Amino acid sequence: MEIYLDNCATTQPREEVVEAMIYALREEYGNPSSLHRLGLKAEKALEKAREVIANFLKVNKDEIFFTSGGTESNNIAIQSIISKYNRLGKHIITTSIEHSSVYNVYKFYEELGFEVTYLEVDERGIISLEELEKAIREDTILISIMQVNNEIGSIQPTWKVKELIKKKNSKALLHVDGVQAFGKIKLNIKDWGIDTFSMSGHKIYGPKGIGILYIDKNLKINPIMYGGNQERGLRSGTENVPGIVGLGKAVEILEKNFEMEQEKVKEIKSYFIKRLKEEIDHIHINSPSEENFSPYILNVSFDYVRGEVLLHYLENKGIYVSTASACSSKGVKGNRVLKAMGLNERQIEGAIRFCFSYKNKKEDIDYTIEVLKESIKEIRQITMR
Amino acid sequence: MDRVISLSVGEIALKGKNRSFFENKLISHVKRVLQGLSIGKVYKEQGKIYVEVGEDSINEVINRVKKIFGIYYISPCIRVSKNIGDIKAAVLKIAENIKYKDEVKTFKVKTNRSDKKFPIKSPEFSREMGAVILKNIEGLSVDVNNPDVYVYIDIKQNVYVYTDKIKAYGGLPVGTNGKGLLLLSGGIDSPVAGFLMAKRGVEISAIHFHSYPFTSERAEEKVKNLAKILSSYTGKIRMYSVNIIDIQKEINTKCPEDEMTILSRRFMMRIAERVARENDIDVLITGESLGQVASQTVESISVTNASVNMPILRPLVGMDKVHIIDIAKDIDTYETSILPYDDCCTLFLPKHPVTRPKLKYIERSEENLDVEGLIEKALETMEIYDVE
Repeated sequence: MEIYLDNCATTQPREEVVEAMIYALREEYGNPSSLHRLGLKAEKALEKAREVIANFLKVNKDEIFFTSGGTESNNIAIQSIISKYNRLGKHIITTSIEHSSVYNVYKFYEELGFEVTYLEVDERGIISLEELEKAIREDTILISIMQVNNEIGSIQPTWKVKELIKKKNSKALLHVDGVQAFGKIKLNIKDWGIDTFSMSGHKIYGPKGIGILYIDKNLKINPIMYGGNQERGLRSGTENVPGIVGLGKAVEILEKNFEMEQEKVKEIKSYFIKRLKEEIDHIHINSPSEENFSPYILNVSFDYVRGEVLLHYLENKGIYVSTASACSSKGVKGNRVLKAMGLNERQIEGAIRFCFSYKNKKEDIDYTIEVLKESIKEIRQITMR
Repeated sequence: MDRVISLSVGEIALKGKNRSFFENKLISHVKRVLQGLSIGKVYKEQGKIYVEVGEDSINEVINRVKKIFGIYYISPCIRVSKNIGDIKAAVLKIAENIKYKDEVKTFKVKTNRSDKKFPIKSPEFSREMGAVILKNIEGLSVDVNNPDVYVYIDIKQNVYVYTDKIKAYGGLPVGTNGKGLLLLSGGIDSPVAGFLMAKRGVEISAIHFHSYPFTSERAEEKVKNLAKILSSYTGKIRMYSVNIIDIQKEINTKCPEDEMTILSRRFMMRIAERVARENDIDVLITGESLGQVASQTVESISVTNASVNMPILRPLVGMDKVHIIDIAKDIDTYETSILPYDDCCTLFLPKHPVTRPKLKYIERSEENLDVEGLIEKALETMEIYDVE
């Protein structure tokens, strides 16, 4: 029995994706920049994928740039915007619960002398728009907010941000880290006035090593890496054709299945929460079944349980999950995001993240609940004596 | 003119009648580590061991034999017959090489004539060969008191000419001093302890205790990697891996919290002793260093000792941590040891462990436990595999 509930870390590529990639490796191996017909064949495959993705996101084809993944997309967006607009101001805003590929870039600019506002979140893990409005100034050049938090799945109201920027008469641009949102919740990047938006292939049953950066066509930014000017100069380097083809295939299927899969996962999550609440005590649901949370992520704190120990108990029974913290001789290394949400140490220590996919069934949850009950009982016998 | 590598055996030379046992052991180690390389004969000649090598493989051979215990110095040599012309040519070739080293300006020739039938006496022959170098090689002069480099000429059945003496670890060949079972954790100390005892000739097996699922499989993998690094010095290591989670659970529910560590250690020692006896191993080896942590006070060590009859070797007992770390870095185990995976979950670590345990109290606590039964049960989880 293998029940994979770590789909925020990465997903298993769909069979169709694997096949499309094998075909690309075998037949579409030309360099898209080559003048001959093999080059053209590869270029066509690449542009087809770009079109599929643009349609899915309801944006223009030339607003889609391929990168190596979410981390690179975030880096290009933030670094390019700051290097281009820093003469307009040295104030940048983000949240205290960003992924490291945003958070650490901000830390870097903070060291360089930029003034950074880190927005706090409430106990649900959601920023306050009032706080944001207060923070925006005339010299704010960039606001970076993640769409869906990767630890607890809280959804940030990025669609309200552009309004606030206008209201405060600021020139700030809006970057959104959409890695856990892409293909998982309904997006309207254009209408929401987002300037740049990051996405990754391997979180949506596509391959690793491929990502997307959406850049609004009115925004002109410079690359952070120079070379052969692929991707209209923004991202030089021979294109990862098999990766792009695989990602295109993953999005093509998603386009058809998106709503059906999302409904299915929603049900799984509600069912899981219901059974947890009924059958295991001393727990906290950190990501409830509400509109403000991704249906794909369920974070639960089990009191008097070390997350890592529970993880190994579950893996022993073929269930794969993640924890927020690791057990080490130096004590539990606190998790920045859960701390920012105001969880206490015991809740952070016992936090487990279950991330669903279209593949999960109700029976998987039944089995998981049984294993959880047994394991937690055993662990608590030791920790609660 | 052949290329050979000479290995000086140091301490083995003191072994009198047992000498050839030690030398043969060493030769078998040399052959083992050089497997897969194209080398010629490996032979003994008057106190040294020689390996015939091709010019291309000299560095690789040196790197590999450096890790064999029992070798003190390694010298890449030129071997010639006792023909004066050949010796001159060899000396000139060696001198050519030193000429290109910036720091070398002066030299001295040192002849060692163990074959007394060779007609020219050592001091005289050294002078003669020195003159040959002076005449043919520009930029070098003789300094008999403090030369930058010595040119050695060993006159045996063959003649060996060389300059470098590369220091190796010394010690005694592994397998010449009985068998030991190393209690290997994922930490810095125990691999160093294993290294030091292997260096005194002890053949090493290792036993590792884990608490899966309270600890990670990565911790186990880390210990395997440490054993692998260690085996590059010791040869193949047999690993015994035992899960002691049930013992820890029992202690946790039935004994005082602050005795967790010392009680666990007594169990580990008992299990190790059992495994050692069943496998004809004579001693246990641990990485304990006096005063480093609570379980390593004199009192704790004596309570730990009382759980077994077998001698426990503790090569690090009087060493400072910094010294241990230096050795760990030198033998390449340090970087692996400091990876953050714990082999023994902190969940069970008491906040204030006893530092001065009394045997009678510890034994009283053990009365609450089915010691025999727990050991039997833990041994059932034992996995055995070889690492090299």
